[in-house]
Amino acid sequence: MLVVALSITGVINRTRALLAGRKGIRFFQHIYNVRLQLRKGSVYSTTTTALFRIAPVVYLGSTLLAFLFIPVADLEPLLSFHGDIILVAYLLALSRVAIVLAAMDTGSSFEGMGAAREALYGALVEPALMMAMATLALFCGYSSFADIFSTAQEMDVNLSIVLILVAYVFFIIMVIEAGRVPVDDPKTHLELTMIHEVMCLDYSGVDMGLIHIAGWLKNAIFAVIAANAVAVTISFHWWFAAPLAIIVTGVAIGVVESLRARNKLSRNITYILTIVAMAALVLLTGFLLIQNIEI
Amino acid sequence: MKLYYTTNNRASAVVLQDIPVVEYMELYHDLSERMHDTRYHVAHYFATEIENGLRFFMLVLDDETGEVLITSFIPDYYAEGLASLTAVHPQFHPFEREMHELYGIPFDSHPWLKPLRFSHDRRDRSSTMDSYPFYEIEGKELHEVNVGPIHAGIIEPGAFRFICDGEQVLHLEIALGYQHRGVEGEMVKSDNRLRQTLIAESIAGDTAVGHATAYCELIEKLAGVEVSKSLRLERMIAIELERIAMHLADTGALATDIGFQLYQVACEALRTVTINTTQAWCGNRFGKSLIRPMGSNHPLTEAKIELIRKNITDVRRRYCELREDILEAHTLLARFEQCGLVPKSEMERIGGVGQAARASGLKRDIRHTHPSGYYAEMEHTPIVKSECDVMARLATRLDEVIQSADYVERLLSGYAPSKDIAAPNYEAQLKGEALSFSLVEGWRGEICHVALTNGDGRIVKYKVKDPSLHNWLGLAIAVRSEGISDFPINNKSFNLSYCGHDL
Repeated sequence: MLVVALSITGVINRTRALLAGRKGIRFFQHIYNVRLQLRKGSVYSTTTTALFRIAPVVYLGSTLLAFLFIPVADLEPLLSFHGDIILVAYLLALSRVAIVLAAMDTGSSFEGMGAAREALYGALVEPALMMAMATLALFCGYSSFADIFSTAQEMDVNLSIVLILVAYVFFIIMVIEAGRVPVDDPKTHLELTMIHEVMCLDYSGVDMGLIHIAGWLKNAIFAVIAANAVAVTISFHWWFAAPLAIIVTGVAIGVVESLRARNKLSRNITYILTIVAMAALVLLTGFLLIQNIEI
Repeated sequence: MKLYYTTNNRASAVVLQDIPVVEYMELYHDLSERMHDTRYHVAHYFATEIENGLRFFMLVLDDETGEVLITSFIPDYYAEGLASLTAVHPQFHPFEREMHELYGIPFDSHPWLKPLRFSHDRRDRSSTMDSYPFYEIEGKELHEVNVGPIHAGIIEPGAFRFICDGEQVLHLEIALGYQHRGVEGEMVKSDNRLRQTLIAESIAGDTAVGHATAYCELIEKLAGVEVSKSLRLERMIAIELERIAMHLADTGALATDIGFQLYQVACEALRTVTINTTQAWCGNRFGKSLIRPMGSNHPLTEAKIELIRKNITDVRRRYCELREDILEAHTLLARFEQCGLVPKSEMERIGGVGQAARASGLKRDIRHTHPSGYYAEMEHTPIVKSECDVMARLATRLDEVIQSADYVERLLSGYAPSKDIAAPNYEAQLKGEALSFSLVEGWRGEICHVALTNGDGRIVKYKVKDPSLHNWLGLAIAVRSEGISDFPINNKSFNLSYCGHDL
């Protein structure tokens, strides 16, 4: 799981470099960068309050906690109880609230814009997340990630197509949450077009490092859930699911970022709502299939 | 009474006595009428100190006949103020603002005489950049976003103040002047013409060849020297190489701004080939040291001709493929089409020039309307688009690269190294009591240099106009009612010069 978190960014960078015909940076360069940041001090703007300083810790803390509930195929998660899927969803929401509030706290017009965008997209993407999780819960009758995936492998083949669609939904949610192309562009230097990056403009040193780490964990959470859903239908072992999560998501993001332009900002809403609609369809299909089987 | 002295871009310098001194109100009424016709636009308008006051000079271009109308007036020292032409024709706004800033001339009914660039020798020293009078709108729903003057990345300084309703831009105001170096003052400080050439090359780093050519043509007109055909041809190749390189860079930059990595790296690679070709020619990638008055230090040799032909043919071929791909990339089209509209009527009103004006359907191209140098010996057809959006500004670039590459290939095929290119001459005697101007179509648009000499043939006044001076307002108009996140692509689609504006 941790390996997944640390590797995805590396795979993305590699894929992008390869497609651009460049040599590219070291595979673990992002980790070196963060290590450097963690060794540095932080500079705080005079307009900020304690809220601004607490936010990165809350952001990382809640993401980390959510991270602990996620199993990698047959590897048990560290924490698990009935209903933890709801907790995970809200832990992720909490992390978002923390960073949005911190961005507002700086009083910068850029960060205010970024916070408004993040809050809007967060609110829009949440139904998709909930419905995708609900689909999983529906299939298995359980409401914890560990139980869901351990029982899922005994399920009907009919459901596997639905599970793959669930995986796709999780993948897109990951793209949105991580602020990658086509929703956001993490490589841009243009503050006016940023969503996620612009909220972290005032952070430096340790805080920036924490935010980066939280970002990796968040990526890993969604990538692993998606990989689990696929693994259930093919081969339910951690040695299958983990590389799947790293390589497929990493390469897919890298390719998308190289070969297309990002959306016009106003089109993002349509893009996210499409995923919500898809999640709703998946849930409905899953529900109908389950009904048929029981009748 | 004759209002204008009529000349053209190829004629030699004009003796100051030949330029009529007219009554301002007469000129005002004539221009108010005349400028309604699209064929006319103002190329330069400035004031210069004479005994007991100021003499104003104005150059108006007639795109139909290729004529340049020059006029001047000397207002009464005690006159209250001058009726503002900007109020009737907004294209006069930067010139009137500049004169107000430098000499405190009150232009009556001018919409807002804001400082233009905070010149070192401005009249009102209490007016500083920190007290720039930004436009403000009251409203609870509105918010202001200030970008700059220092930006992320490697672009030059300039302050952008947006007034937004949510994500939508209601108004953008651009405050420049941070790059002011006093170029026009430096040009007359010393008579050393090599020094002047070097300054001209540095007016705008990305238009080194364009501005240097404008300076050299101006000096040659003052000296009454006609340069050889081969030199004219080599200068044209230099300008077109610069155009190819900059348009390639902008195509790549537009791709960067929408996160489209593939086209970005493809364009960067092609641009490197192009500027390296210029470097192989003259030792500098931006063509500095290539253009010198009355001669050249780097006449083309057999090997260089071959190298330029080979590289440009290669760039052209690869760019053609890229161009096809760009025109079919639907994610790119979705971003660029119908974004940042500057309708033709607006472009006319603000006096837009160059590539941006051509993207809005205005056929303004000095190479076509007022050709000088080798352009006078060939037929150039401007590339004009009517869509007026970011895509149109990209499409003019796409087509102009191909066109310029064709010119370079055509001119060099069968061209043999020439013996009649002299060494540069920095000493020639200049015509006294004269006005000389030059118009050059740089890659961005119309460059206009004007110089006045005194009785000894020494340059006493030097005025520079970069096309950016006209077009910055076009950018402000383009982003109105667009999303604020689309500002960067609009900005890149114009790619205007900060230092060319600030001088």
